[in-house]
Amino acid sequence: MSEFLQQLINGLSLGAIYALIALGYTMVYGVLRFINFAHSDVFMVGSFIGYYLGKHIPENTVWGGIVILLGAMLGCALLGMLIERLAYRPLRGAATLNVLITAIGVSLLLEYSGQVFFGATPRTFPAVFPSANFNFGNLVISTNQIIVIAVAALLMVGLQLIVYRTKIGTAMRAVSLNPKAAQLVGVNNDVVISFTFGLGSALAGAGGILYALNYPSIDPLMGVMPGLKAFVAAVLGGIGNIPGAALGGLLLGTVETFVNGSQWSTYKDAIAFAILIIILLFRPAGLLGKFTVEKV
Amino acid sequence: MLSVSDLSVSYGAISALSGISFSIPQGAIVTLIGGNGAGKTTTLRTISGLLRAKSGTVTFLGENISALAPHKIVARGLCHVPEGRMIFSNLTVDENLSMGAYLQTDAALIAKNRDYVFSIFPRLKERIKQTAGTLSGGEQQMLAIGRALMGNPKFLMLDEPSLGIAPRLISTIFEKIVEINKSHGITILLVEQNANLALEVSSYAYCLETGRIAMEGESKKLRADPQLKATYLGG
Repeated sequence: MSEFLQQLINGLSLGAIYALIALGYTMVYGVLRFINFAHSDVFMVGSFIGYYLGKHIPENTVWGGIVILLGAMLGCALLGMLIERLAYRPLRGAATLNVLITAIGVSLLLEYSGQVFFGATPRTFPAVFPSANFNFGNLVISTNQIIVIAVAALLMVGLQLIVYRTKIGTAMRAVSLNPKAAQLVGVNNDVVISFTFGLGSALAGAGGILYALNYPSIDPLMGVMPGLKAFVAAVLGGIGNIPGAALGGLLLGTVETFVNGSQWSTYKDAIAFAILIIILLFRPAGLLGKFTVEKV
Repeated sequence: MLSVSDLSVSYGAISALSGISFSIPQGAIVTLIGGNGAGKTTTLRTISGLLRAKSGTVTFLGENISALAPHKIVARGLCHVPEGRMIFSNLTVDENLSMGAYLQTDAALIAKNRDYVFSIFPRLKERIKQTAGTLSGGEQQMLAIGRALMGNPKFLMLDEPSLGIAPRLISTIFEKIVEINKSHGITILLVEQNANLALEVSSYAYCLETGRIAMEGESKKLRADPQLKATYLGG
């Protein structure tokens, strides 16, 4: 029983990170209907921003950790908006396939520029937050796990408030439902799309820091696998659906952790893609997604 | 108030409008009639900035708006109720109306416009918390018009408001269109396939045929025109 609980906590803290990354995929898909493959590399840049900030900020302090987290979020938000402005906006109105190929190009550009600027050898991420382990019987919970789950929960609640309670959030939903109609009520779709990239990328930046807290070896290709899994999580929850991305991330992280702790641990990376195949076969709209029907 | 001069629009190699010109005086209801593919919707989409003209100009209140982005055209008081209503189906009625007031900053004016929308379409007030996609076709059309009114328009373009609506509701909606024009002095450009109805409520009409204006005149006179009768009014 205690092993089950232990794995559940480990799984949720991994899943919370997948969920944060998945939210960016799903929000961008919502407004532009394409998968931003460069998103996983924005996540990587988030970790590196944290790494470089960590050189100037004392380790093991709460305020230092918060500054690093916010710094990575801000840096990634700007990077995401820059990518959208330079790479995707010129292709507005072009076929989705063109944008998709461009996204793969931007992804490779970031990965290999990362190798030029950061170097290809893995770096050790600093212990930005003070760390300790709490024991509850046989159960061990680290402060890092608590930080991951708490920060992810806070960010998701914040996102929910932005999307459902603010004017720009309502505009995001409107653009996602019908971009033409949004223009006709006076929405500048470019501003909303830019905002969406900023928001999604900020979450990826936070994900980059949280991931590096638990897996402190970072390198320019570190985003590939978590990025792919977060993409699976977004599809699992229903691409374009915000609560779906959160649910998909948590589920995927938990399943992966349980597989990792079992005799089939060799398949821990394969399980995500097995889930992808199964969901596409039996419920292509995802767990929370639904097909919309036009009413006449 | 609005004038279109020598407007040509094409989709790739296919020409949709070939040099149409017309003008609409302040306070009028003018209609654009014609069959499927005549270019009615293309005309409206070009005026509201969703499509770019190949040549020609659109002038609104003395200003050339042909090169402006759609949101800037809405900001000038020209609102477009698109074909097929295009309401935000997953948003509530209330949120749809708020989106209509997206560019409005004066809270008192927004509240006044909301009351006005509810006074002409009381049905929307009853359904305020409902998701817009669950409304009937007629109610969705009311919402689409209400949403446009929230933008405080001086000029309203309506694309096929009778499309896909129960016959019983069509006359209600047309009565409201006339009321909006009379009580608020909002100028209206009405596009309709139902030529009979459109000629009844409008004062002047242009008849589009394959991208050109084939006929124009006072609506009363056009209703009596034998040629138009044969083509659009079912003999």
